[in-house]
Amino acid sequence: MKQINWLKNWFNVWFVGIAFGCFILAAPIGLVFVSVFFPQTEIWQHLYSTVLSDYIVNSLILAFGVGAIVIVIGTVLAWCIARYEFAGRKQLQWLILLPMAMPAYIIAYTYTGLLDFSGPLQSLLRETFNWQYGDYYFPEIRSLPGAIVMLSLVLYPYVYMLARTAFSEQPASLEEVSRSLGVSPSKHLFKVVLPLARPAILMGAALAMMEAFADYGTVQYFGLSTFTTGIFRTWFGLGNGLAAAQLAAMLTSFVVLLLILEYLSRRKIRYYFQGQRAQQVSRQKLVGRKAFWVPFICVIPVFFGFILPVLQLFTWALKTYSKKLTSEFWLLLWNSFYLAAIAAITAVILALLFAYGKRLNPIKPIKLLVGIVNLGYAVPGTVIAIGAMISLSWFDIKLNVLTENWFDVSVGLVFSGSLFALILVYSSRFLAVAMHNIDTGLARVKPSMDDAARSLGYKPLQILRTIHVPLMKTSVLSALLLVFVDVLKELPATLILRPFNFNTLAVRAFELASDERLMDAALPALAIVSVGILPVILLTMLMDKPSQHSTQVK
Amino acid sequence: MLSLNKVSVGYQNVKAVDDVSFELSVGQIGCLLGPSGCGKTSVLRAIAGFEKLTEGQISLRDKLVGAKNNHLEPEKRHVAVVFQDYALFPHLTVAQNIAFGLHGQNSTQKHQRVMELLNLVGLPGYGNRYPHELSGGQQQRVALARAMAAKPDLLLLDEPFSSLDAELRYELAKDLRAILKHENTTALMVTHDQHEAFAMADVIGVMNKGRLMQWTDAYTLYHRPASRFVAAFVGDGVFLSATIDNNNKMNCALGVFPINPESGFKQGDKVVFLVRPDDIIHDDESETLAKIVDRSFQGSHILYQLELQHVGHARVLCLALSHHDHQLGELIGIRLDLEHLIVFADNGSD
Repeated sequence: MKQINWLKNWFNVWFVGIAFGCFILAAPIGLVFVSVFFPQTEIWQHLYSTVLSDYIVNSLILAFGVGAIVIVIGTVLAWCIARYEFAGRKQLQWLILLPMAMPAYIIAYTYTGLLDFSGPLQSLLRETFNWQYGDYYFPEIRSLPGAIVMLSLVLYPYVYMLARTAFSEQPASLEEVSRSLGVSPSKHLFKVVLPLARPAILMGAALAMMEAFADYGTVQYFGLSTFTTGIFRTWFGLGNGLAAAQLAAMLTSFVVLLLILEYLSRRKIRYYFQGQRAQQVSRQKLVGRKAFWVPFICVIPVFFGFILPVLQLFTWALKTYSKKLTSEFWLLLWNSFYLAAIAAITAVILALLFAYGKRLNPIKPIKLLVGIVNLGYAVPGTVIAIGAMISLSWFDIKLNVLTENWFDVSVGLVFSGSLFALILVYSSRFLAVAMHNIDTGLARVKPSMDDAARSLGYKPLQILRTIHVPLMKTSVLSALLLVFVDVLKELPATLILRPFNFNTLAVRAFELASDERLMDAALPALAIVSVGILPVILLTMLMDKPSQHSTQVK
Repeated sequence: MLSLNKVSVGYQNVKAVDDVSFELSVGQIGCLLGPSGCGKTSVLRAIAGFEKLTEGQISLRDKLVGAKNNHLEPEKRHVAVVFQDYALFPHLTVAQNIAFGLHGQNSTQKHQRVMELLNLVGLPGYGNRYPHELSGGQQQRVALARAMAAKPDLLLLDEPFSSLDAELRYELAKDLRAILKHENTTALMVTHDQHEAFAMADVIGVMNKGRLMQWTDAYTLYHRPASRFVAAFVGDGVFLSATIDNNNKMNCALGVFPINPESGFKQGDKVVFLVRPDDIIHDDESETLAKIVDRSFQGSHILYQLELQHVGHARVLCLALSHHDHQLGELIGIRLDLEHLIVFADNGSD
């Protein structure tokens, strides 16, 4: 009897719906791991004796290099903004976030154009000093260190945002305690301030490192051998999908390690500032030389991470727009926008379903399922795309066999060859972004409000209309916007899964840049960057709201 | 030990502390009492060195530590502070927190001192816990132990009980006093709660609008308040108005009382005098009747609010034994039994 009740509690429409949704979203990733059970001995022997160690070593160097640099840039910036008051601080606060609008592959090819042998900087050097080729040393941008710098320039805001919150939330009394106990400021910095901010800094670094592991555009453009480029090569070069999936599984396990680190940091943050809502540290007003140096230091990362590349893109675009602003460009724009819009709406509807399901049935299995799909953001786009490709093409083949046998018609590649595959991958990867916003919104609608409204005589649907919709509106809108922009910028999964002859801004910009047509790539790149600025504006608005307790992660 | 001489502290154009002077001797526990915003915390912060003085001097152990152009940084004053929110370092264990301010000692000495303090504050064995694992009262005691670890010349406590449950406060105040007395620590605390002040302090200063109104012990504060503000702020009570008659006696609705000839009041002066609830005796024999307008049952006693039937219909409080159970609207007989007559000139304000 007890068992039946237990089953009844579990088994309702919400549970079935959520379980089904989770299954579809998680299937591609699951499949990647299942591939491990079909060993491809021959190809692995080949990989092992040739490129595997390169993949592993380069990916690790890339991720940890990026991690180290973003920790330095992000922490210094966060400290300056959180603790000092100076002219231009308000403007800098959102300027610092702008590099988030810049996809790494775009900044990579912009700097290549700037720093190449034929680029403006080297040309200027040669002219001024009358050098010839080979007369001087100039660092090669298309290298592993180059890729580390490029990625760091656009990923440091992760650390900055989290560290800034951590620094400004430390109560003022902690510093006063140290002073009254006769502790020197530097000891206070290293024994109290930094250890307290460490979980936040590490969490930001872990997020940046996940992005570095997942990056495909930059490393491919620079011709580096990493996991992501290796997956592409194994599949399209060696023609072995299973081996590619196995490489993807390996890459994902690296990411999972980071995810665990991030989770541990997050837990620590939670208990560090339990119930401490004390007076915050007041910012120190800068005078003299420091008032010049601090803003100067803060501007450097923004200048190199956003202003300079955007200026370069502008000059290129100005030279080419008359030729390039054709129907082909408008088609690209239209393709990108409607694809991103459909993906955003799908992801947000799924997020709403999951969030409400979790709220109405706060039982363990549903929480667990929702938690699993939320991990999609950590899985590199390449990995999900491979999984989706393999599973959907298998599905298509079976379907075609079925329809040919029964109706004598072939329906073609309805799943793997259509936008469906892309939408599935985008939803799976960006659901967490939508969920985060929806959950924040839903947390504002306290369960007691529902009860209060019902006791005042409102029906459930009326409650939805009069209470939930107005309170949730902003979070749903920001979820839509964030997913929209993320899809617009996404490169590797789109490259793998786009239907034949279907191009988006990101894909086209990357293709043109890969063909060394840097100038022609400027226009679509600028379009992506300018749309990418929208969520940065949204983010600054959210960060300025003092009541917002949670930090937006994406 | 601690002496303040005409201390003023200002923020922008507002004078938060205005001309405050007092002294504390070794081992004494002082308390600054006052409504919120009266400047008591500013005095504390000025003594700790977090605020600079605009006027006056602060001396510790006969050494000048704070004056207008002579500001000793907090880290050099050897004054420890227990903050309102305790400000424990969340990433350090209890033992690490306590040892944080111990400088120039080897680890054995530090360990020994930490153990000593944990025993003193009644938390032996808690050294390896983290602050978030402790209750509010335990956190407070850790904050106290941390502040006392380096044997500071002076211990400052900022509203030490404000984030604790009301029932806990009195108990903890007694414990805290015992600990401070045991270590012979000189301490100064600020609070807005007079019961905390009475339970903790040897000497209490009442502050209002940045000024120190009176600096004395609890008994004097209650029974011989120096100003109308102190009389109203400390304890319950009402002011009744009266006039001075030709015999230099005070005439009021409840009778005629002799006043101290040295008080300086002349015939015809309008005055007010303080009536505490225990000054009004419920007496069925008395001809003075008063109407009960409010009552609150307090167990052994009932606190009545009475309206006098004479001119002015002034209201007084009366604490009667609880078997004298009367209902609202009843008229009961009362008698005024003034042990200390506290009279102020009636200048129309409270």
